[in-house]
Amino acid sequence: MAFDATAIRTDFPIFDRKIRDGKRLVYLDSGGTSQKPNSVIAAESNFYRLHNAAAHRGAHQLAEEATEAIESARATIANFLGGQADEIVFTKSSTEAFNLLAYAISSAPKGNKFNLSAGDEIVVSEMEHHANLIPWQQLAGRTGAVLKWFEVTPEGRLDLSDINSVITSKTKIVALTHQSNVLGTINPLEALVKRTHEVGAVFILDACQSVPHMPVNVTELDIDFLAFSGHKAVGPTGVGVLWGRADLLAELPPFLFGGSMIESVTMTDATWAPAPRKFEPGVPNMAQIAGLGEAIKYLSNIGMSEIHNHEIALTKYAITQMSAIAGLRIICPTDTVLRGGAISFTLGEIHPHDLGQFLDDAGIAVRTGHHCAWPLTRKMGVPATTRASFYLYNTTEDIDQLCTSILAAQKYFG
Amino acid sequence: MQLDNLYQEVILDHYKNPQNKKLSAIYDAQVHHVNPSCGDEIDLNITVKAGVVEAITWDGVGCSISQASVSILTDLLIGKSIDYAYKIYDEFVALMQSKGTVTGDEELLEDAVALAGVSKYPARIKCALLGWMAFKDASVQAQAK
Repeated sequence: MAFDATAIRTDFPIFDRKIRDGKRLVYLDSGGTSQKPNSVIAAESNFYRLHNAAAHRGAHQLAEEATEAIESARATIANFLGGQADEIVFTKSSTEAFNLLAYAISSAPKGNKFNLSAGDEIVVSEMEHHANLIPWQQLAGRTGAVLKWFEVTPEGRLDLSDINSVITSKTKIVALTHQSNVLGTINPLEALVKRTHEVGAVFILDACQSVPHMPVNVTELDIDFLAFSGHKAVGPTGVGVLWGRADLLAELPPFLFGGSMIESVTMTDATWAPAPRKFEPGVPNMAQIAGLGEAIKYLSNIGMSEIHNHEIALTKYAITQMSAIAGLRIICPTDTVLRGGAISFTLGEIHPHDLGQFLDDAGIAVRTGHHCAWPLTRKMGVPATTRASFYLYNTTEDIDQLCTSILAAQKYFG
Repeated sequence: MQLDNLYQEVILDHYKNPQNKKLSAIYDAQVHHVNPSCGDEIDLNITVKAGVVEAITWDGVGCSISQASVSILTDLLIGKSIDYAYKIYDEFVALMQSKGTVTGDEELLEDAVALAGVSKYPARIKCALLGWMAFKDASVQAQAK
């Protein structure tokens, strides 16, 4: 079946509503959060309607069904990523997943593979979202490890001219984004992962902007950990995924402690259940996990390559149209090689907040500001940008409306 | 156009011709405030003599609302007694938090009533308040000297 964004839009009830006094909704903020199809909304509410009980506990039918809802979602997501079900840890967000890793690592005792000491190095990049930067800054502060980073070139690519001097024999952790949420840049991982493993470090991938938009296979990438958030992948808010290689999850100490993450407990001590349970204390976000399982099924049915190709076609069209606007400066790669569907730009002297407000008045939703990647916008020499990000339900009509309104904004503020 | 309620002529005028936007060399207190959600920044200098706001100068980057708001603030508060300035400040903050239910006391707020439309856009209230928060902070520090 050919990819049909217009047909896909009918799966998403939000596109039935009007914005700002009767205008068509032009949603170009999927990099912030995606909209939800009916099947996901139904899966989440059906969990409450039909199956609600505390999963992994209780000797009754509802508890069995709740457990099944979670575990089948786990299997779906594992299969989607090319991993094993026991390698999928549910968190409340990808932000929590990175913090889980950082805190678990800082409690790793001597002799544990993850133990960090003063002088060890953690490598990130200048294009990280704050969620994959600050946890590592803080971890470095707690352990005396040194934070190093790959710089970003003026074209908006990682400077990988000297990988071996950034990732060294002292490196223990390399935590990088797969796709920049600001620039749309997709980072080439092969040489980075190879070098990381050469020096005996672990490779952690922030896949928030890639997993929802293109095929991502953890086995093919040969990485060690990956995190993504459900809500950017047409799934519910309140659920994120941490995937980790089974042997590494077995070695990693737990971060949050409490019910159902244990093997045995006495008044003075406790031992842990095997992963993923040891990282999932408390009653999980069951309805959201069920919804995320449905979201991944929805994306799989359409096809991740098809979604990626659609976004690339839109990006190419948008870059062509936007480049024709005088005074508009695109702050990201303008080719479509190794990039996804996010375009950041500035518009002369018009501040992104003012542009965003003007576009909103025309029914167009964009993101403005530093996009939780402040070091990156600083590096690119702009206080803030406007970002249009695309997904499977966007059309060239959306981009045409964006460009028409950008021209009108220039007149309005000119 | 709905937007015209927000971007009143007087706001765009102040944005294009900001008042007192040049940091003075002499001041009683200097503050630096940021709006962490969008990256807007302001430096503001204040001089308070004998209970009167003698000078306010500033520099900064930000959207038209934040820039116009601080420009209007300087026009409005320079030369006022600190007590009266705080009365204006309180009225302005109340206006911003009103969700569009009040129009503001024009006698007290003068040009600043043009910012009333901002209160209907929750994401922009912080823009309008950035300079006012900087003023409050700086004036307290200046008086503590």
